[in-house]
Amino acid sequence: MNTPVKIQVNGLLRKAEVEPRLLLVQYLREVCGLTGTHVGCETGVCGACTVLVDGKAVKSCTMLAVQADGSEVTTVEGLAHNGTMHPVQEGFWECHGLQCGYCTPGMMMTAVQLLERNASPSRDEIRHALDGNLCRCTGYSHIIDAIEHAAKKGQI
Amino acid sequence: MTTATEQPPKTQASQRYFGRAMKRVEDPRLIKGIATYVDDLKLPGILHAEFVRSPHAHAKIKSIKTDDAKKLPGVVGVFIGDDINAKVGAIPCASPLPGGKTPEHTALAGARAYFVGHPVAVVVAETRTIARDALDLVDVDYDPLPAVVDPEKALEEGAALTHPELGTNVAFTWSLPAGDVDAAFKEADKVLKVRMIHPRLTPMALEPRGCAASWHPGEEALTLWTSTQVPHLVRTLLPGLVRIPENKLRVVAPEVGGGFGSKLNLYPEEVVVSHLAIRLERPLKWIEGRRENAAATIHGRDQIGDHEIAARKDGTLLAIRTKIIADVGSYWQLLTPAIPTLTGLMHCGCYKLKAVHVDITGVHTNKMSTDAYRGAGRPEAAYVIERIMDLVAVELGLDSLEVRLKNMPQSTEFPFNTVTGLVYDSGNYQAALEKAQQLADWPKLLKERDAARKAGRLFGIGLSTYVEICALGPSKIMAAGGWEWGCVRIEISGKVTVITGATPHGQGQETSFAQIAADRLGIPIEDIAVLRGDTATAHFGRDTYGSRGTALGGTAIVMSIDKIIEKAKRLAAGLLNATPEKVEFENGKFFVIGKEDNALGWGQLASEAYVAKNLPPGLEPGLEASSFFEPPNCTFPFGTHIVAVEVDRDTGQVSFVKYIAVDDCGKQVNPLLVEGQVQGGIAQSLGAALMEKTVYDENGQLLTGEFMDYAIPRAGDIPDYILGSTETPSPSNPLGVKGVGEAGTIAATPAIANAVIDALSPLGIRHLDLPFTPERVWRAIQEKGGRS
Repeated sequence: MNTPVKIQVNGLLRKAEVEPRLLLVQYLREVCGLTGTHVGCETGVCGACTVLVDGKAVKSCTMLAVQADGSEVTTVEGLAHNGTMHPVQEGFWECHGLQCGYCTPGMMMTAVQLLERNASPSRDEIRHALDGNLCRCTGYSHIIDAIEHAAKKGQI
Repeated sequence: MTTATEQPPKTQASQRYFGRAMKRVEDPRLIKGIATYVDDLKLPGILHAEFVRSPHAHAKIKSIKTDDAKKLPGVVGVFIGDDINAKVGAIPCASPLPGGKTPEHTALAGARAYFVGHPVAVVVAETRTIARDALDLVDVDYDPLPAVVDPEKALEEGAALTHPELGTNVAFTWSLPAGDVDAAFKEADKVLKVRMIHPRLTPMALEPRGCAASWHPGEEALTLWTSTQVPHLVRTLLPGLVRIPENKLRVVAPEVGGGFGSKLNLYPEEVVVSHLAIRLERPLKWIEGRRENAAATIHGRDQIGDHEIAARKDGTLLAIRTKIIADVGSYWQLLTPAIPTLTGLMHCGCYKLKAVHVDITGVHTNKMSTDAYRGAGRPEAAYVIERIMDLVAVELGLDSLEVRLKNMPQSTEFPFNTVTGLVYDSGNYQAALEKAQQLADWPKLLKERDAARKAGRLFGIGLSTYVEICALGPSKIMAAGGWEWGCVRIEISGKVTVITGATPHGQGQETSFAQIAADRLGIPIEDIAVLRGDTATAHFGRDTYGSRGTALGGTAIVMSIDKIIEKAKRLAAGLLNATPEKVEFENGKFFVIGKEDNALGWGQLASEAYVAKNLPPGLEPGLEASSFFEPPNCTFPFGTHIVAVEVDRDTGQVSFVKYIAVDDCGKQVNPLLVEGQVQGGIAQSLGAALMEKTVYDENGQLLTGEFMDYAIPRAGDIPDYILGSTETPSPSNPLGVKGVGEAGTIAATPAIANAVIDALSPLGIRHLDLPFTPERVWRAIQEKGGRS
C-alpha cells in the first residue's frame, strides 16, 4: 500500500505515492530522477548519499522517503544557483578535491553544512566534520583544501 | 556567495600546457551531480538482476528451489548454474602459469559453492526491489563442507581440499633463481631470517561494481555498460563467452567510481547479465551492493614470506632467499597468478643485490580470489625489501639511511640491470633521498627523536626508498598486448577530437591528454575534447592499470598528432605553392619561411582537407590519424618517503608527527593531478599500514563484509603531507613520463612500518606484522613489559 508524500526537492514541491519502505535516496534517484546522490554502502557509513533535509546533512540511505514528508531536501543538483556554482563546488574544482567523483556529492553536502555552522573552520575541524564521509581516491588532503578555499570565498 | 565561471579561463594558444597545474575539464559534470555512472543509466523497459550468493565458504549444493521466487509478481525469471553454465564460457584467466592447476570457473556455482559470496543463482525482475524480495524466496539446500582458510595448513598432508578434484591445494609454483645465491650467502658476515605477512586487503572502490546490457535484435548486437577499468579487455574476452562475434559487441565504461585494480577484470556477473539480456531480449542491469563488493570483488595482497638475508658487516646487502605462500583464493581471476610473480621480480627494490632466489607457492583457499589491487605485487616487494634494509641496519648497528645509500646504484649506472632480469630505465635515487631529508629537516628531526626518547616517549622515524615498475608494458611481457592506442581527429571546423584507448576513471586524463595535445597542435585547450571508455569510439585500447595511461596512451596521441602535422604540411604546401619541405609548423600555424603573413591555421586546413577541392595529387581527404605505441621497456618511478610517528604507550595508537613524500615520476604533465595521485595512494597505503585487513574466520566466514567492519582511512586519519618531487625523465617514451598512480600505495606502508617499529625499538621490538592497529601495538608493548 503506497503512501502519499509531499517533499520540496531543490525548491520544487513534488507529490508522489511511495512504498513505505522506499528509502529517501531511492526516492531521489528513482522517483525524482536526481541521480547525483550516490549509494555507496546502504548502511550509513560511507556518506556518498548525504543530502540536506531541512538544512541538516542526512544520509539518505538511512531515512525513508515517508519520513521526509513535508520536508525540504537539497541535493547536489540544487547547490548551484542560476548557473553559478556554490563556493563549495568551486572549491572542489579549484583544488582538485575529487578524482572519480563518486563520493563528491555527499562530501560537498557535508561541507555545506559545516560552513553554515562554522564559516572559517580549521583543517582539523574540517577533518572532524568529514568523519562520516569516505573517499578512496583523494586521500582527503585536496578535499580539505577545497573546503578551506570555499570558506575563504564565502567570506568575501 | 561568489561566482565561478562554467569553463576554465580562455588561454593563449602560445601557452605551454604540459607541466602546468590545471584544474580538470571533467569536473563540472561531476560536481554538478549530472555525470552518468552505470546505475544512473536510464534504459526503457530495463529489468533488474540480483544474485543469490553462498553464505558458506564451502558447501555442496544439494538442490535449489526457485518456484516460489518465480511466482512473485514482477519476477521475470530465476536462473541457476544448470540453466546458464553450459550456455556461456568459463571466466578466463589471462595469465596462467605453466603447470598451474585451477578448476573451470563457471559463471554460476555448479555442484559446489567455493567461497562466501559465490554466485549461485540470479533473479531477474521488473524492479530492483522485487528482485531483492525474490532472493529470499530462492531456497538453496547446502551441505556445508570443511573450509580451507589457512594457506599454510592447506599445504599440510591430509588437509581439506578447496577443490577436491584437483587433489591438491597448490594452485601453482613459480621460481626465480637469479644469481649465485649460495655463493653470496657464503660471503656473508651476517645472515638474518625473518617472516613477514602481508595481509589480505579489500579494494573498496566507493562505487561498487555494476553493469547493464542491452540487446539490439535487429542488428544482433549487444551493448554492455560496465563499471570497469578495462572495456577493451572485456570486449576481447566477452564475445567468446556469450557467443556473439566481437564486431557485434560494444563495451562502454561510463563514469567509473574508482577501481584500484578491482575493476581490472572480467567477472561472472558481467557474463551472466550479458547472456540474459540476449536471451530475454530485454535490457538488464545489475548493481553490486557493498556486502557483495566486499565478498565477491577481488581482494589484494595476502602473502606470507619467509626471508633469509645475507649481508656484509659494512651493510652491503648480498642476497635474499625467499619463500612466499600466496593465498590466491578459490579461483583464478584475470591476473591472479601473475600478481605474486611481480613481487618476485621487484624483490631487489632499488638496491644492487648479487643474487635472489624467490619461490612462490600459490594456494587455493575457500575465499574470494586475490588479484591486482593498486600496486599489485609491488607493495608486497617494496614492503619486504624496505623492512629488510631496516632489519639489516638494526642487526649490524648501522644507520638505516647509510645502509640504503651504500646499496643503491649511482645515477650514472642507468639503465640498471637488476639480478632479477629487469632493466630500470632511469633513476637518481640519492637525489630523491636528499630532497626528502631536506624537506624533513633531517638533523632537527633526529634531535627531536632523541629528545622524545630521553623523555620516555615512543618516537620513531621511518624511511622508504622505493622503486616500482610502471607503464606496463612491452607486449612481450604482457598477456595480450602491452601497447596503447590513440586517435586524433581535426574536425572540419578545426575543433579537435582526441580518442584514447586508455580508460581513465578518476585519473583526470581528459585534462592531461588535452594538455599534451594542445601543446603539440599549438591550439587552445578549450578546442579539444578527449573521448575514452567506449569501444565504439576508441576502436582499440589496453585500458588503465599499472600506471600506464599517460606514458603509453599519451604517447599514442603524440604519435598521431605528428602524423597529422606531416599530412597537413603536404596540404599546406599545395595551398601555399611551396614544396612540403619548405613548410614550417609552429604554434598551430603552417607557413613558408619569409612568408609568415600568409600562414594557414588548423581551421583553414581542416576545411580544405574535408571539402577536398584543392588537394594536392595523391593526398587523401581528411585530417585524422591513429597510432599504436609499443613501449621498448617499462618505466621505473621511485622516490623517498620519510615518516615520523609517535606511539601512545597506554593505547598503542600511532599518530603522525611528520610525513614527507618525494616522488619521481619523470616528467609531470599536470602537477596538481600528480599530487592528487600521490596523496590518494598514500592514504590507501596508510590504511594498509594502520588499519586494513580482510578477515575470514576459521570457517571461512567473511568478517570484514562492510565498511562497518573493514576500516578504510577517514579524513581524521590523514596527516598534512610535505610533498616534493624530483624529475628524472624516462627514456621509455618520448614524453619522458613514468606514471604515478601507484607510487604512494607502494611507498607509504613500509615507511610507516619502519617508523612504528623504530618507535617501538627501545622496547626491544624488532618486527611486527601489519596492520599496526592500536590493539596489535598495545599487545606488543605489553609483551615487552609495557609501561614501567
